[in-house]
Amino acid sequence: MAAFGTAAGRPLQGRGGSPGFHFTLYAALAVVAMYLDQRQHYLERVRYVLQAAAYPIQLAVNSPPAAWAWIRESFESRERLQAENARLRAGQRDLELRSMRYEALAREIGELRGLRAALPPVADRWLAAEIVNIQLSSLRQRLLIDRGAVNGVFKAQAVLDDRGLIGQTTHVGPWSAEVILITDPEHGVPVRIERTGLRTIAVGAGDATSLALPYLPANADIQSGDLLVTSGLGGVFPQGYPVARVTEVHRDAVQPLAQVRAAPLAHIDTDSEVTLVWFRADHPAAPTPTGDSLGELKSGTPSMQPQPAPPRPQSAVPRKQPAESQATEPKAAAPQPATPQPATPQPATPQPDASQSKEHQ
Amino acid sequence: MNAPGRGRILFTAFVALMLTVLPLPPWLDVLRPAFLVLAVLFWSVNAPRTGGIALGFFAGLMLDVFQGPVLGQHALALALVTYIGVREHQRIRSKPAFQQALIVFAALAVYEFVLFAIDGWSGHPVTSPLRWVHTVTGALIWPPVAAILASGSRGHA
Repeated sequence: MAAFGTAAGRPLQGRGGSPGFHFTLYAALAVVAMYLDQRQHYLERVRYVLQAAAYPIQLAVNSPPAAWAWIRESFESRERLQAENARLRAGQRDLELRSMRYEALAREIGELRGLRAALPPVADRWLAAEIVNIQLSSLRQRLLIDRGAVNGVFKAQAVLDDRGLIGQTTHVGPWSAEVILITDPEHGVPVRIERTGLRTIAVGAGDATSLALPYLPANADIQSGDLLVTSGLGGVFPQGYPVARVTEVHRDAVQPLAQVRAAPLAHIDTDSEVTLVWFRADHPAAPTPTGDSLGELKSGTPSMQPQPAPPRPQSAVPRKQPAESQATEPKAAAPQPATPQPATPQPATPQPDASQSKEHQ
Repeated sequence: MNAPGRGRILFTAFVALMLTVLPLPPWLDVLRPAFLVLAVLFWSVNAPRTGGIALGFFAGLMLDVFQGPVLGQHALALALVTYIGVREHQRIRSKPAFQQALIVFAALAVYEFVLFAIDGWSGHPVTSPLRWVHTVTGALIWPPVAAILASGSRGHA
């Protein structure tokens, strides 16, 4: 190696290996890196360091928009600030009135469920994070936030805004974390239709304003305006958080699956701040941990094409869950009936009445 | 043309990286050329000794951190592009700007195809035709980019 370093004025040909040799070397390195990263998840440490190195660049890239926002904010007129203040105060009074009976209601629910004491809320603590960088292309829907491992952020942590679910963390650096949005084509969130309790999976459509529900049969009881909440399956999100509202249900007579679109409740494309949430692990509504670190669909497809069944990478692991949850929580306080197939997007009972009445019409 | 310094090459690569990760509205994002690929390709053609396959590999690794599903994807694609650039640097350098742009178009297509193949292999298939748009805009923007990079290095020498 020293010989290469000393040959300062060497000609192009004799510079320690042909381009072909160099290329083979680096290509092999890249292939090994990909294999380790993809199959074994060995490179978490390397990613952690690289993410730390990349963070200043991302901050610098974001600085012009951030500076512009700061200037606009500081020169905002007094009237606008006063109006905003009044609006916020009204909103807070509204929320306080609504939550006034919260303690009493929580105790009532606890009594109804036969618990000795009311349960604490499922969210243990939360942390606001600022969005540093945002990618909203049709291929990738990601955020970079300014909180990382030093703040206790972990991989596959739920991220919310004040209206609903936004996504989960994928790569955590020391001072920053990458968030995959629920609208990313690679992301799927297990949801429940609030009106009927029907469970399915909402897959990102690569567009900040829409989700696809590709795994519902054509006779499923779903209609435009239905609220989708997290189902608590998949091990990342606790049950009951609002995700999206169904905007479009299309039933095609020749296709076995309905084509359903939903609009996320979170203002994904206009938010500047998001909230990271830590959940109580022993709470009945908390996400059931799975063996895999990531609860997202590893190979879900965003297309609306009918498919017989989604790939179920975790089906072997969560099958144990009902037994475990029953063992640890004998009161069976889980707000939804435990089913033996947690990740099944197809409903067990397709509501024959509803489908028949539709056929008669 | 004198060989430009290592610092200048790294600086231009850094600026190109900034341009690549700069947040843009979605419609503009589709059109955005792969600035880092263009810069690295320029240096592998015009300074094959300093900015070679190693530069391509590490630039690609940075891209992987910012936007790759698996570490090594952009690194492999950029190593391949720089290999083509270094191997054929004398032939490419002697061509007029228009033919250079055609060669760049082919190199960008190779680059995007490697990304596409690895996307599919790693289970993140993205079949949208929009991902190929940047090969065209990259070839179109090549003459001014090459002129800027070349003028900078001449001033430095």
